[in-house]
Amino acid sequence: MAFLLRRLVRVITVVLFVTFFSYFLLNLLPGDPVTSIAPFGTKEIKAQIRHENHLDESVPVQYFSWLKNFVHGDLGNYYTPSSSSPVSKDVKTRFPVSMQLVLYSLFLTLIVAIPLAVFTAYVAGSRTDRIINTVLFGAFSVPDFALGLVLAYIVGVKLRWLPNSGYAPFGSGLWNHAKYMILPTISLAVAQIAGFTRVLRSDMIATLQEDFITMAKSKGISGKRVLWRHALRPSSLTLLTVAGLNIGALIGGTVVIETIFQAPGLGLLLTQAIRGRQFIALQSTVAIIAIAYVLINVLIDILYSVLDPRVRSGAL
Amino acid sequence: MALSSTDLGANLAKIPTAAGVKVEKEARKRLGITGWFAVSWLSVISLAALLAPWLPIAAPKADFLDLVEPNGNPPFHMAAHILGLDGNGHDMLAQTIHGARVSLQIALGAVLMGMVIGGTLGLMAGYFKGKIDRVISTVFDIFLAVPALILAMSLVAFLAGDPAKPPTGIFNIERIMTLALGIVATPPLGRIARASTLTWSEREFVMAARAQGAKNFKIMFVEILPNVLPAMLSIALLSVGVVVIAEGGLSLLGVGVNFTDKPSWGNMIAQYAQTDLNDHPWLVFTPIIAVFLTVLSLNMLGDVIRARFDARETTL
Repeated sequence: MAFLLRRLVRVITVVLFVTFFSYFLLNLLPGDPVTSIAPFGTKEIKAQIRHENHLDESVPVQYFSWLKNFVHGDLGNYYTPSSSSPVSKDVKTRFPVSMQLVLYSLFLTLIVAIPLAVFTAYVAGSRTDRIINTVLFGAFSVPDFALGLVLAYIVGVKLRWLPNSGYAPFGSGLWNHAKYMILPTISLAVAQIAGFTRVLRSDMIATLQEDFITMAKSKGISGKRVLWRHALRPSSLTLLTVAGLNIGALIGGTVVIETIFQAPGLGLLLTQAIRGRQFIALQSTVAIIAIAYVLINVLIDILYSVLDPRVRSGAL
Repeated sequence: MALSSTDLGANLAKIPTAAGVKVEKEARKRLGITGWFAVSWLSVISLAALLAPWLPIAAPKADFLDLVEPNGNPPFHMAAHILGLDGNGHDMLAQTIHGARVSLQIALGAVLMGMVIGGTLGLMAGYFKGKIDRVISTVFDIFLAVPALILAMSLVAFLAGDPAKPPTGIFNIERIMTLALGIVATPPLGRIARASTLTWSEREFVMAARAQGAKNFKIMFVEILPNVLPAMLSIALLSVGVVVIAEGGLSLLGVGVNFTDKPSWGNMIAQYAQTDLNDHPWLVFTPIIAVFLTVLSLNMLGDVIRARFDARETTL
């Protein structure tokens, strides 16, 4: 109970800091924020924008009114010379697209990295192992956007197998959805696969030298079973650690990959907000992404304590 | 993973070293062919970047428009312009070398900033422990609670303001990018320094120095720092690669150095990906290859340094 309470306090503190950071970004703008957002505005429009966003108040008041609106789902407005429209509507439709990309690439990473790691650990030191390792090392150094652009050219432009930009929702048919998601997912997954496999492989090699593995083998349990049931299980915590370390990079990668493939997720929203000087929208989207990231970390933390009782008791 | 109770700074330092097979460790300590390749590429590209204004290459924005065919197809591969021209008649070799100047300057500046600030804070946290450690670690956690690329993007986007009117003077866009990416690079480097200091400060020679009445400052910087540096250095090399990639990612998101002002690897990729991917893909691939080779070389060197200096791997 005390453990949960401590965690809760910590999460709330981090969320407060993260939201304060997002709110405070607006104050970093050189010059008057309202002029930056709406350089076209008349005096009245500017005054209205200033009032709407509480920019005429003191910093603490600004923050708490921003936070209050944020919690109530009011993420501010886009401002164009002719109108203003709410940001929240866009965030709602775009969040799932980014979520899909992150989940698909995580899934692809796991289904490739785990067997690959188990296999290379099993044949560690062999020629095959060395070749796979070298390829993975190379793959680890390929930036996701570089792979994305190469794939977009080869598969999208040259071979014309898959579209190199756009998006179709899941509801429009599985293949229709998949054909837009395949290239971005692969672009994101390759470096992740390399990272996951390297760590998991080392971990498995260490585990395979443990006494309980020798024990299991001597009991006559088949090599396959030892590998998958006895050796892989203790590595689940390592997997979780790597996932935790990499999820931030994956989110950053998704944002960039979305702009390359014009997938209408939060990343494309960020790019559009930057290009259009929509700093209020930018600020809210950053806050949404940051909070999502904090919550993912909380989830990983909970999984940790489920998998390893030592974490729960505070022994680690 | 900002919120985990397990010390991920230490885990981060541990993960890549957990290599299993002994032969492989020995092999990695030597530079080898690949290592020499890495050193050569890095030397060539850094020298070229450093000496760019004095090299016998075209000015990056000098235009050879007369060589561009009437249909707008730039010629590729000719004696005078070995990497070809872009659609505006700008020499690609010159742009890539001048681009290296911008990209590497930002990357080295940011990592140096991370080393100095992160190193000092990590050293203090690991040496004094207790309250100081808690405060510094919390600050690191807060900065790590936002995905790195998103943090860098928001800092650059807001500090620079209107993307059409890049800031000039002391806080020009390159310095803003260095600052933002330096802030992002600080917590990971700081955590490595902290974790490493924690172990080193327990060693006999540190106690001996303290017993002889050495001041804290002297113990930290004379006794401990030289031992902490190798671990930081290998991570720093990887970080330079990460920042080179981040510069590309930021350009694709629409923040960063303006292509029309000054080429950088990132803004070349972003620009040509938008205009030339379908018809002149080599314009996109040229800076991509430069980024890839640089990151690959840095990762290789980081690996060699880690294998050579890691105390955990040397048998005492």
